[in-house]
Amino acid sequence: MSVVRVPPVLRLEAGGAREVKASGSTVRELLEDLAARVPALGERVYADGAIQSFVNVYVDGEDVRTRDGLDTPVRESSTVILLPAMAGGCASGC
Amino acid sequence: MPQAASSLLDLIGSTPLVELTRIQPEGRRMYAKLEGQNPTGSIKDRVALAMVEAADLSPGAELLEPTSGNTGISLALVAKLKGLRLTCVMPANATPERRTLLELYGARIIESPGELGSNGAVQLAQEIVSRDERYTMLFQYANEANPRAHYDGTGSEIVADLPHVDALVAGLGTGGTLMGTGARLREAFPGVQVVAAEPLPGDPVMGLRSLEDGYVPPILDVSKLDRKLLVSNAEAAAAVHALVAREGLFAGVSAGAVVHVARRVAEELPEGAVVVCVLADGGWKYLSAPFWRGEEIDERTLWW
Repeated sequence: MSVVRVPPVLRLEAGGAREVKASGSTVRELLEDLAARVPALGERVYADGAIQSFVNVYVDGEDVRTRDGLDTPVRESSTVILLPAMAGGCASGC
Repeated sequence: MPQAASSLLDLIGSTPLVELTRIQPEGRRMYAKLEGQNPTGSIKDRVALAMVEAADLSPGAELLEPTSGNTGISLALVAKLKGLRLTCVMPANATPERRTLLELYGARIIESPGELGSNGAVQLAQEIVSRDERYTMLFQYANEANPRAHYDGTGSEIVADLPHVDALVAGLGTGGTLMGTGARLREAFPGVQVVAAEPLPGDPVMGLRSLEDGYVPPILDVSKLDRKLLVSNAEAAAAVHALVAREGLFAGVSAGAVVHVARRVAEELPEGAVVVCVLADGGWKYLSAPFWRGEEIDERTLWW
């Protein structure tokens, strides 16, 4: 099982959890498993066989869109991070 | 010998490139492009000048731009020297240095809700421009003059300064630096990797009410990036400390994220590889940030 970190904007869907667990050897399998375990969270992130456009999915710190997308491999020890896409620049002015 | 410039605007760009001999991994070379050497101290001088010149505005025209700082300061300089007026929409919790600088340069400021971060500033600016015709919004997130400034300037300068580049690493904000510089480097060095260093967003983004408040800048084409790596605040802070402690290079926090990623990329490339990092600004505007005082950054309290 891999750890999936949930950003604040999606915690309601995850029942308030900061992280959840899901299994899969690729991002596709992992997101399908996530959707089965936590349907409300799964459908915000992954729908109709694609990652939703305003969500970024990172495996071990790298955006899967610049790797192999849904086919990106995931290991048991991997940390998967979900983040909302946002306008660039540090919001607090740093 | 260099000749005296007739305007500060003539001093934008042509920034120096320096090897990071004390930070680069053994057998690889890392070069930093010092964008803090631009007249207002950041890479955004290039973007501001290019956008204003492309817009062909009449004197007295009124610009309005959502900005968390650097772009506003650059636009304020360019606007002043070209006889234009500028209003900046910025999150209420932006650092006081930024705000003071903008006001000194003569910009007017409208605050957007701090908890909505830069997305909130973009939304408010769009609302104001849609109901008030006086304003022109150059909007760096969607303005093609932004990546073009980096194609013509940043990228061409690197091509002129180095015989070969294996990877380019820059921060991901609007996407302008990566798109424009990346395109120019690919022409000169077809195998070059274009790598985005993405800072873990600051806590104000926690206030996003929904994913639909998210935003992907229109000028950013993620398919043109070879890699996109997330950098934690602690990693960026450690790298920015290392830059000043080991290289004597006092850089901004996004430079820390860039150098952290550049080291990782350099280590993964074969011996002899050349990695260029674009350091967007100097550290001056962040002196009030807690990480300079050695305060512990606890990622978990912010995010997880």
